[in-house]
Amino acid sequence: MTWTWFHRLGSPPYVYGLAARLTPWFAWPAALLIAAGLVGGLVLAPPDYQQGDGYRILYVHAPSAWMSLMVYTTMALAAAVGLIWRIKVAHAVAASCAPIGASFTLAALVTGALWGQPMWGTFWQWDPRLTSELILFFLYLGYMGLRAGLEDTQRADRASAVLAVVGVVNVPIIHYSVTWWNSLHQAPSIMRLAKPTMPAVMLVPLLAMLLGFTLLFGALLLVRLRGEVLARERTASWIREAVSA
Amino acid sequence: MRPGSPASVLPSPGVAAVSAPDMRTASALTAARLALARDLQLAFRRPSQLVQPLAFFAIVTLLFPLAISPELSRLKFVAPGVLWAAALLASLLALEFLFRDDASDGTLEQYALSGQSLTGLMFAKTVAHWLLTGLPLALTAPLAAVSLGAPATAMPGVLLAVAVGTVPLSLIGSIGAALTLGMKRSGALLSLLTLPLSLPVLIFGARATQLAIGGASILAPVELLGALAVLAVTLAPLAAAAAVRISLE
Repeated sequence: MTWTWFHRLGSPPYVYGLAARLTPWFAWPAALLIAAGLVGGLVLAPPDYQQGDGYRILYVHAPSAWMSLMVYTTMALAAAVGLIWRIKVAHAVAASCAPIGASFTLAALVTGALWGQPMWGTFWQWDPRLTSELILFFLYLGYMGLRAGLEDTQRADRASAVLAVVGVVNVPIIHYSVTWWNSLHQAPSIMRLAKPTMPAVMLVPLLAMLLGFTLLFGALLLVRLRGEVLARERTASWIREAVSA
Repeated sequence: MRPGSPASVLPSPGVAAVSAPDMRTASALTAARLALARDLQLAFRRPSQLVQPLAFFAIVTLLFPLAISPELSRLKFVAPGVLWAAALLASLLALEFLFRDDASDGTLEQYALSGQSLTGLMFAKTVAHWLLTGLPLALTAPLAAVSLGAPATAMPGVLLAVAVGTVPLSLIGSIGAALTLGMKRSGALLSLLTLPLSLPVLIFGARATQLAIGGASILAPVELLGALAVLAVTLAPLAAAAAVRISLE
């Protein structure tokens, strides 16, 4: 058993090529799954007996909210790997995650507000999950602000990595302290393994959307990672070869 | 560090040398005590640094009766939120003093090179910061609460809640201050980094204050604040020390 495949992940030219080769493997399944999930969720699934057609925004809202947390976790993991083993590519991954995660968080907030208008009669409620999501958005903004404020790439990488790790320790604390209030938000209805409260015709499109969004994140990350590697290695000779090839 | 010279804590000009123990050979506890004593001594030589956050806290508190209503019965409802938002902002303002001078005159570098645990020294600096800002805030907050219509019986509860809650505030703030070391115009960024992480303190602190004003037991939220303080004491100095090292590289 050789570990060369692992070591090669630390090499920018290799990762640059690998990201290019992997992108279609994420992008196409993501496109298919999201298309299927949208058709299933917006056309095939029946209207909800309480919320009518209004609940259908769930098919964008829930996957966005799920991704907002998952991207943060990915970012913090990559940052920790970069901080501990000093792998530059890991820092590039973390840096590429932040804008994607912030976008998903914003999408979850906007769709949540749009959903709240017909259901709660108001665009915004100081409800625990909406509030935690808003705080998460600020954590992303802080991370990106710190990166932007530090000119030296190496210092920006390591300082923002410390922040991401501190943030990931805090996210559960923030979440549970915010849950201290009474909640208007409906209780989670997917993650009950015994008996999902959602009928299959509604649930299957949602699962397709969740998987599709996860793969979409993978594809976006790979594309951004290539850009990030190019920007960081702009003086390296392999770039000239890669671009002229 | 000049070769041959005793590497003591390098007091700034005008400060009586903390002298005697050598920073390189002193035990971790002595080193931390020296750093703490030095920070306190320096702060008392510049009292304006001590007074400004308190004045800021008082002014922010003053804004609310003017903006909302002078009726004490109405102010009583917003008092916990006002007190904690003001305390959060005041402690944020005071963070500026935590590392700025030590970074510009090279003391932080000497700390990092001294061979002592930087984590311990960061903890000592944060303790000094709490003694200089958190504790005075805790002593002022009950007066502010009473001025906002809280009964005098609420004063001990408010004092306790602010005293415990400012511990994690100082510690979380030390991470943000260390990360933004040496940056120009870091004020807005520092608040963007620190405030989201401080929100649990705000929630439990305001809840404790609310209960104290209502005359109920504040034990549960104060215990949660204490838990946050313990967690921050164990983890924040590590992160702050790592951040200082990164900033000094």
